[in-house]
Amino acid sequence: MEVPRYWRNRNQRYALVGEVCPHCEVKIFPPRDVCPACGQDAKTKFSFSGRGEVYSYTTISDAPAGYEENAPYTVALVKLEEGPVVTAQLTDLGQEPVSIGMPVEMVTRRIRQDGGKEGILVYGYKFRPVMAVAR
Amino acid sequence: MLEDVVIAGIGQIQVGEHWETSLRSHAARAILAARSEVPSLQPDMLVIGNMLGSTISHQANLGALVADWANLSGVDAPTVEASGASGGAALRLGVMAVSSRQADVVVVLGVEKITDSVQTGQDRALTQMMDTDYEAMPGLTPSGQAGLVMNRYMAQYQVPAGAFAGFAVNAHANGAHNPNAMFRKPITRQRYDEAEVVAPPVNQMDVAPAADGAAAVILTRREWLPADYAMPVVRVAASNLVTDSLALHDRSDPMLFQAARLSSERAFRQAGISPAEVDLFELDDAYSIYAALQLEAAGFAAAGQGWLLAQDGSIIPRGRVPICTLGGSKARGNPIGAVGVYQAVEAVLQLRGKAGGSQVPEARVAMLQNWGGPASTVATHILMRE
Repeated sequence: MEVPRYWRNRNQRYALVGEVCPHCEVKIFPPRDVCPACGQDAKTKFSFSGRGEVYSYTTISDAPAGYEENAPYTVALVKLEEGPVVTAQLTDLGQEPVSIGMPVEMVTRRIRQDGGKEGILVYGYKFRPVMAVAR
Repeated sequence: MLEDVVIAGIGQIQVGEHWETSLRSHAARAILAARSEVPSLQPDMLVIGNMLGSTISHQANLGALVADWANLSGVDAPTVEASGASGGAALRLGVMAVSSRQADVVVVLGVEKITDSVQTGQDRALTQMMDTDYEAMPGLTPSGQAGLVMNRYMAQYQVPAGAFAGFAVNAHANGAHNPNAMFRKPITRQRYDEAEVVAPPVNQMDVAPAADGAAAVILTRREWLPADYAMPVVRVAASNLVTDSLALHDRSDPMLFQAARLSSERAFRQAGISPAEVDLFELDDAYSIYAALQLEAAGFAAAGQGWLLAQDGSIIPRGRVPICTLGGSKARGNPIGAVGVYQAVEAVLQLRGKAGGSQVPEARVAMLQNWGGPASTVATHILMRE
């Protein structure tokens, strides 16, 4: 079990907390404290809206250890409306086929189980299609 | 400029699932085979390319272990890790050592022992080549990563289904002529079309199967070659390594593969040649989409058109830009951290005219490109026969 790792990244996984560069205003996710655009210090926290669109997607059938219970699952590159791209599972897909460009929004879901029945449940971001009513 | 670094000897074991033998014995056998070609050269350095020794075999400190088991105790022996590009990175370090005169005779070994673990353990270990916190954590796998790239590529460039079949067909046709290949039978187009889907649009025939392997080359400077050296002299004309963001999502354009482009351009500049002068290109076909992307990055095809070379016969041994001439990772098998050294061994066989049924006619210039992940690390070498 990797408790410190889960704990350390909890704000990113639960709430998409990244950074904004105080010099060039580029939005950064995940946080890296150095702006990838201008190379200067960037430690100002920034919470992303969680809205974005599918840049690409695929389905994982042979899941690695700890991820079997959700297999097969869809993983996507999601381009957030603030700029960065994140890797995340898609969820709540229903009958709707996934497509490149599809609008999605972040939700918090169970990602994996580490350590069997006695182990830790790891929660984090997934993305679901934006509800028709909200469009 | 590189000093006159030459590959004086080569050795390899057959790639496959060798449950009965260990990492150390594979390594020793490849080294002994390479040394037997130039027995008078006494190595003073061993560079090891390996990704999974610590994870799968629970074995670190490979330098001391392998040097001992290959009767080389006492030599300088670092291990280089760059996931799938570990072999190319080890070759790069060996070239640096010889050309800078820090060492005179260097054994570069690529070794991977994947079958010390069962399948799920192998899959888990291989996810380490991605960003563990932000790619593996959401459940992505290396095959899934190739699926993301291939899906976007096919949509962006309007590529038809089945466009990548030619890569697997060519690899297996060539592997049939390689006694050290894991698979030695040609496959049909139908076999590709019926393959099980792994991470759509990637199917099983787009994926090079992970396997055990060990390959070695002996590097030295020309003046160290024995007077009675009877084989054609193969010189290292270019050697470089370029990195990109580890995670695909951290790149400003995830479809650019900038490290592959830069590494190819630098290699051509170092060797003083143009792409048209390359007689064979041992690229890294861990996934068929990556083969197409390397053809584009190296300038053999425009962006979005690399797959076309697998349709018109360009990539076969008698084509314009032969690739995977002894099977590539698809048919030879994919010994992850050893791939870059297998590429060198196979290219030397071609340049010596010893590639048998898949010999490239009058091969004089060979380019090798080795990827760790989706061009997160890229090592490129150019070899020339004198």
